[in-house]
Amino acid sequence: MLDLYAPGTSILHRMSPGPKMLALMVGATALFLNQSLVVTLAALIVVLGLYRLAQLTMKQAWQQLRPLLWIFVLFFALQWWFSGVTLAAYVVLRLAALILLASLVTLTTRSSDMIDTMTWALGVLRPLGVNPAKIGLAISLALRFIPVLAQITQDVREAQKARGLERSVIAVAMPVAIRTLKMADDISDAIDSRGYRP
Amino acid sequence: MIEIDNVTLRYGDRTVLSDISLSLGEARIAIIGANGSGKSSFARLLNGLVLPSEGTVRVDGMSTKSDGKDVRRKVGFVFQNPDNQIVFPVVEEDLAFGMKNLGFSKEDIARKTTEILARYDMSDLREHPAHLLSGGQKQLLAISGVLVMEPAYVVLDEPTTLLDLRNKRRVTRAIDALEQTVILASHDLELLQEFDRVIVFDEGRIVADDTPDKAIPFYVERMS
Amino acid sequence: MDTKSIVYIALFAALTAALGLMPPVSFAGLALPPITAQSLGVMLAGAVAGARRGGLALLLFVVLVAVGLPLLAGGRGGFGVLAGTSGGFILAWPLCAALIGYLVSKAPGAGFAMTAVSIALGGIVLMYAIGIPWMAFVGKLGLAKSLTIMVAYVPGDLVKVVLATIIVRGLRRAYPNL
Repeated sequence: MLDLYAPGTSILHRMSPGPKMLALMVGATALFLNQSLVVTLAALIVVLGLYRLAQLTMKQAWQQLRPLLWIFVLFFALQWWFSGVTLAAYVVLRLAALILLASLVTLTTRSSDMIDTMTWALGVLRPLGVNPAKIGLAISLALRFIPVLAQITQDVREAQKARGLERSVIAVAMPVAIRTLKMADDISDAIDSRGYRP
Repeated sequence: MIEIDNVTLRYGDRTVLSDISLSLGEARIAIIGANGSGKSSFARLLNGLVLPSEGTVRVDGMSTKSDGKDVRRKVGFVFQNPDNQIVFPVVEEDLAFGMKNLGFSKEDIARKTTEILARYDMSDLREHPAHLLSGGQKQLLAISGVLVMEPAYVVLDEPTTLLDLRNKRRVTRAIDALEQTVILASHDLELLQEFDRVIVFDEGRIVADDTPDKAIPFYVERMS
Repeated sequence: MDTKSIVYIALFAALTAALGLMPPVSFAGLALPPITAQSLGVMLAGAVAGARRGGLALLLFVVLVAVGLPLLAGGRGGFGVLAGTSGGFILAWPLCAALIGYLVSKAPGAGFAMTAVSIALGGIVLMYAIGIPWMAFVGKLGLAKSLTIMVAYVPGDLVKVVLATIIVRGLRRAYPNL
């Protein structure tokens, strides 16, 4: 769900990341504090309107939600069981709106721009010994590693499946952890050999 | 010219390389040897990723110990697994990383990015997420990330081991076309036929140092 | 801070995010924190990377979540989640990882039980000590009720402590000078 940037020229693409991230925080908080189904529904429609404004298709919006579909179904069923259909609809719609809103920022902002903004914002902590450039590198690395770790996990799971061990958490987690640490050593060598000076 | 003088390398009490002396001046040099023969450690000595326990490694007169920064700029390093070398999530960001570290201007970074991507037929992948590239494209990106830093030497540590045949050919062609001095550690003997010099490592020592037509049969014989 | 520390910080933040891709077991909707594998990332970060690197790794993770990346289990993210009933547990993670790292480093030759206790102190006791009052306050639930609810999570968290202990001890054997 990370490397989602969809190149484009819309006003949302051209907007600088700071205001977008601020708007996301405010929007997400407002969605959480709001208790009304009608307002949530309206918010969802507004968010979908923003997708149009960003020249994104409804298909792209749907792609953001599809991986979470079963969670929606589960939440909906549980809330319906416990608290009735209105609350169930409210909870699921709120979740959908929140994810679409967060994804909208990710889709229209290059991760490097987002990181530059965060790094700049963290510059205020410089007197406390915080080095924004290092934080920027750590953020990029983390975003880069997530799909790699997901892939490693997938590979190990398949290898263990061949041995009938895919259900053993240890048989999967242990090789993943060892490969991860090995990777950490190589990556830090690679960064050094590409001229990075801490 | 890379000069290695009486180099011994130890990790704890394990001796990985013992008393190696060599000078590397040819345009295409291969290092072969079994797993654990010390060839990877040897490759890492050349750009100062690993420092010798005894002896010195000098690149165009600069020691990897005292001039590490300048040596790394001169000697680019390509790893076996490109996933361990690509640092940024998006192709153009990753290419920019090394250039930013060297203090290149924004215009230079943009221009060189365009050039290198065109060279490897990857122009349309400029804004592509790195993790969605094919294995061969990832390795070409890793090589590109090194080349944009304009090194005089390129050291590659088994760059084709993890690739399928088609991608292997693509990366091999890219390596063949490099104008830099190439030092290649590999298991892939096919790759080395046209090289100027092949050095065979076994248990931390050099057991052969010759042209491919002599060194490769010697290695094959020794391994069987 | 050297390159390797930066890499470790990024890696354990990413590991915690990747563990979020394992399907969470949730009940009672968004009011209660779902049972996820992510706190395993917290435990491993502290026990493997140490107090400082582990703590900073989770701090980085929380910052990324706060700016809206959907890195929490089930694709949750954004400031809203942190402000919600389960936000205290997530905000506690950097401290939990740091405490685990500190305790584990204090007893380098510790056996299975001691390592498990260190991990449990940070990964369960401290996390609950911050998360439960937060939940009681934000969810207007009251402390007693919150405590009762959290009992449901203890077995899952104990399983994660055992898993983390096994993995850490295995890694120590594979990488003796970790």
